Amino acid sequence: MFNSEQIRSDFPILTRKVNGHQLVYLDNAATSQKPRQVIDALSSVYEQFNSNVHRGVHTLSMEATEHYEDARRKVAEFINAPEPETVIFVRNTTEAINLVAHTWAIQNIGPGDEILTTEMEHHSNLVPWQKVAEMTGAKLRHIPVTDTGLLDTSQLDQLINEKTRLVAVVHVSNFLGTINPVKDLADRAHAVGARILIDSAQSVPHMPVDVIDLDCDFLAFSGHKIMAPPGIGVLYCKRSVIQDMEPFLRGGEMVREVWFDHATWNDIPNRFEAGTPNFADAVALGAAIDYLNAIGMEQVRSHEMEITKYGLEAFQSLEYLKILGPADHTLRGGLIAFHSTEIHPHDLGTFLDQKGIAIRTGHHCVMPMHRKIGLPASGRASFYIYNTTEEIDLLIETLKAALTYFTKGSSS
Amino acid sequence: MASESLDSLYQEMVLDHYKKPRNFRLLENADIHSEGFNPFCGDRVVLTAKLDQQGIISEVGFKGEGCAISQSSASMMTEAIQNRTLAEAKELVTVFKEMMQGKMLDQKEEDGLGSLVILQGVREYPVRIKCALLTWSTLQDAILEQEK
Repeated sequence: MFNSEQIRSDFPILTRKVNGHQLVYLDNAATSQKPRQVIDALSSVYEQFNSNVHRGVHTLSMEATEHYEDARRKVAEFINAPEPETVIFVRNTTEAINLVAHTWAIQNIGPGDEILTTEMEHHSNLVPWQKVAEMTGAKLRHIPVTDTGLLDTSQLDQLINEKTRLVAVVHVSNFLGTINPVKDLADRAHAVGARILIDSAQSVPHMPVDVIDLDCDFLAFSGHKIMAPPGIGVLYCKRSVIQDMEPFLRGGEMVREVWFDHATWNDIPNRFEAGTPNFADAVALGAAIDYLNAIGMEQVRSHEMEITKYGLEAFQSLEYLKILGPADHTLRGGLIAFHSTEIHPHDLGTFLDQKGIAIRTGHHCVMPMHRKIGLPASGRASFYIYNTTEEIDLLIETLKAALTYFTKGSSS
Repeated sequence: MASESLDSLYQEMVLDHYKKPRNFRLLENADIHSEGFNPFCGDRVVLTAKLDQQGIISEVGFKGEGCAISQSSASMMTEAIQNRTLAEAKELVTVFKEMMQGKMLDQKEEDGLGSLVILQGVREYPVRIKCALLTWSTLQDAILEQEK
């Protein structure tokens, strides 16, 4: 049974005060807080079995390897990957996408081909494809976004065509909150022989995600947004797509045999994990997944939907503030971005911080979409399992005070 | 509900310049044209100025978008550099930057800055210092360009 108090007590940081007020952490889309269970798991690595993985025959090394591979199994089960070997540990979503860009993409995309993204991509799923287009002579195209913050699918038959080699799309927008129809896009991509990469940075931590059901070829997410430390991330790849792929980084661990003048490659996933991997944070990621599994991802999703629904309604009471993205909470992840005609988001952000409320302000690494809707920046409140409706009340009340503060005398 | 600290950041004069920016226009045939952008927050300032035959800044205009701190700083700066030589403006940039970096000013420096000293409230908010500095860095770039 879902117990908000119980969950909050697992997160030591939630008891701290900021500027004299109880912390209200609403910047989860940027990074999540960590439960005691994850912090302990990370400490246990260094206190009990720290040693390099896949190297020695000694006990510590074997234990470290076991825990590392165990974490890989947990990740695979969590996203329903058919086998642990299809899970590659990387630093974060950005590195995962760059890995695909600099391996599969440059080996399979050529002049005249097309790469399709969307107008709502995070820079991490846009800038690497700009480079691939430049390197290969492919054309980069974008699915437009409607005024209501949804993908405009009316032109999809034309946008996904026989020239399309890759569809790279964000699952849940970190700006508009939109949940995109990635399963349908995967079908459409496969129908023309293209591959699909899903940026799941904002979905895997917040809702059930099943790579077999989605039938995606690549899926990427970051550990730090799912209660694990920064510096560990995941790239899932279909075995048939990567097993013959050339490596990304070259060096130790990723080789089978090495001569003075050449080398042969190890199997997946090791072929794509050159050098000592971040096994400590991978173990912590495993602990984060255990933690979330104990709650249940359906529960996480329904809690965040409830908070988002509550927030969307509460925002209606605010003068001068406009919510961005779809109005229907069932079409959104657990975040609400907004802007004001009267106040810049940074001024709002500073005001809220004085009351201990942490939100994100700026362009959230989605500059082109901000430009399209004519905003230099916006504010964003993003939620996780430990947030409460009382915190939303406090946010709204403080936003009201901020609006009064900054608009005082503005009529003169 | 606002704290004292917030009031020292958002002084009445700061908010006044934000809501009613002075010299908020771009000059045609300007001798100086410089643009500043802060990618962290999207603040933007475009600065234009005309120089008379003695090299004195005779007219200043700016356009921009961004937070209250960046825009009020720009607005106040346009008033402060009017009728000064480029060398004087350059000196003002130096003193303003030093103030924002926490240096104690002597009386002469403080007098030189005039009402700009109220922006030192921003020092309490380290992440916002670059908001206040954006327009000054933009001016500095323009002056360095003129000196080439």
